Amino acid sequence: MKAVPAVANPALVVTSADFLLSMVEARWTARNGDGSKMETGIRAQQELEKIEQQIAKLQAAPGQNEETRGQIQQLRDRIHALRQQVSLHRNAWEKTELARHPQRPYTLDYVERIFTDWSEIHGDRGFADDPAIVCGMARFHGEDVMVIGHQKARDTKQKVYRNFGMPNPEGYRKALRAMKIAEKWGRPVLTFVDTPGAYPGLGAEERGQAEAIARNLREMARLRVPIITTITGEGGSGGALAIAVADRVLMMENTIYSVISPEGCASIMWRDATKKDLAAQALHITAKDLSELGCIDDIVPEPEGGAHLDHEAAAALLDEALVKHFAQVRALPAAELVASRYNKFRHMAQFLQVEA
Amino acid sequence: MTWFKRQSGELDTSGEKKVRTEGLWVKCESCRQIIWKKDLEENLNVCPKCDKHFRIDARTRLANLLDDNQYEVFDADLVSTDPLKFVDLKAYSSRLKQAQADTGLKDAVINARGKLNGRPVVISAMEYAFIGGSMGAVVGEVITRAIEHATDSKAPIIIVSASGGARMMEGAISLMQLAKISAALARLDEANVPYISVLTDPTTGGVTASFAMLGDLNIAEPGALIGFAGPRVIEQTIRQKLPQGFQRSEFLLEHGMLDAVVHRRQMKAYIARALEFMDQSSVVRRQSSA
Ligand SMILES: [Zn+2]
Repeated sequence: MKAVPAVANPALVVTSADFLLSMVEARWTARNGDGSKMETGIRAQQELEKIEQQIAKLQAAPGQNEETRGQIQQLRDRIHALRQQVSLHRNAWEKTELARHPQRPYTLDYVERIFTDWSEIHGDRGFADDPAIVCGMARFHGEDVMVIGHQKARDTKQKVYRNFGMPNPEGYRKALRAMKIAEKWGRPVLTFVDTPGAYPGLGAEERGQAEAIARNLREMARLRVPIITTITGEGGSGGALAIAVADRVLMMENTIYSVISPEGCASIMWRDATKKDLAAQALHITAKDLSELGCIDDIVPEPEGGAHLDHEAAAALLDEALVKHFAQVRALPAAELVASRYNKFRHMAQFLQVEA
Repeated sequence: MTWFKRQSGELDTSGEKKVRTEGLWVKCESCRQIIWKKDLEENLNVCPKCDKHFRIDARTRLANLLDDNQYEVFDADLVSTDPLKFVDLKAYSSRLKQAQADTGLKDAVINARGKLNGRPVVISAMEYAFIGGSMGAVVGEVITRAIEHATDSKAPIIIVSASGGARMMEGAISLMQLAKISAALARLDEANVPYISVLTDPTTGGVTASFAMLGDLNIAEPGALIGFAGPRVIEQTIRQKLPQGFQRSEFLLEHGMLDAVVHRRQMKAYIARALEFMDQSSVVRRQSSA
């Protein structure tokens, strides 16, 4: 541990934090209810993080008096209250930003915290190993499972290596291979979805991106072991669904699942990519939306402010949800499991029957 | 996974865009020859000069494939509920009404039962003129019902795709249709009922990434655009020009993604031959006589 330097003037830090916080509070209160100031929530969130960091520094420093400690607690209470307000009113675009937050936990962050005995498996046995999807054997509370997930990265070199979490066909073929291994040996499959989408590249098309996704959809539908999917960040269209035909599909509180990105939709339907906030709203992409549409089974809460602020707490909350659903699907015989998975997707339908 | 190409700022909802109609004459966009319209129609809407396959509607498709143009349409009574109440520059509900008026269909697919060279078959034919053949809940449901009908009746199914992919105005519901149809195809596969996927111009996005690529045989008409991502998206992503013929049927054949590229004139015969090959009753006959 490094020695924490004393803060020169604690009173000044408190005053400045108080001032900044008042500004954020005032702007939030003045926020327009009609959604015309959609960026406010994200900005408020970022500023709260900054203020919190200053307070944390002050708190960690030695030699504060009783008064300072009291003031710090008051500031923390106000931050907490405002954060709850902000998260209650988070709109679809704000959720999109959170779902893409570079500090959000990625698949391997969850693997580290939720599973033990991780042994990664690689390659599609045909062309390459795709680092945009990771697969591996692991133990979940002592039980053998196969873990499969998109993998994003934080620094530039790693981002390129992981292709920003956008798989090529090899990634989907590796995932299916891992699922078949799990099926052969009777182990449940847990998948974690966080991708902008399947990679739209030349090689991907040449090697059959569409075929790879399609095959996964069909084979997952009849896999004879339990499958639980969690959307942990971005659920980008077919590239997400290709590992998400599951007995249970969970979405974390601040994630999205969509047929097209808000930007893509905006540039096509509004002919203006800056209308992404309107598109995000119109597309119904939040966990709450998907739950109301009957496309997912559960919403997993995140720590206050979002999973990016506390990986440990986010993993603990996800673990709790997984334990619950794991117990439910684990109990079902294979035939029943496959039948109920079929029925679940079979009834994702909304139409009216009229006179022909 | 979008259902149309961006061109000239207008929505490409007309499947007939490539056919410039000036009375009785048509100019072929491919060879630039002027063709007598009647000649084109008599030639199955294939250019008599250069063999370019013009887009045709779902009804013409059924007429080309089914004996004596005799068939029974089913599940034609499903309509979209506009589940998201989607509005962009225009309301989705009014786009639907317009498409219904233009095509005389409730949505972008027709299910039909008929005979192909005497053999009972089920065909789902997609209609590109209906909002770019895009797939929402109704298209997903209608195709799933066709597959289930084929599974139950043991009649082979042929799905003729012509689609820009999932319909974004029905959001995640559209996306889930990929899973729903693929799941139904898993059951069809287990019941050993033949499925021939016919890919026509264009077949892209979520349709390619689900049922169009899952046939026992995947066959395409010549020159059809087939892919997962649209060419423009790919160009923007990789920042380079795409090679000549990229994502066309012949390109896919070369890369091992199709079983065959079949001329419209040979399509019915090709399918008939495949169904003969897959016919299990003749297998049993031969085994028992041996
Ligand atoms: Zn021509």
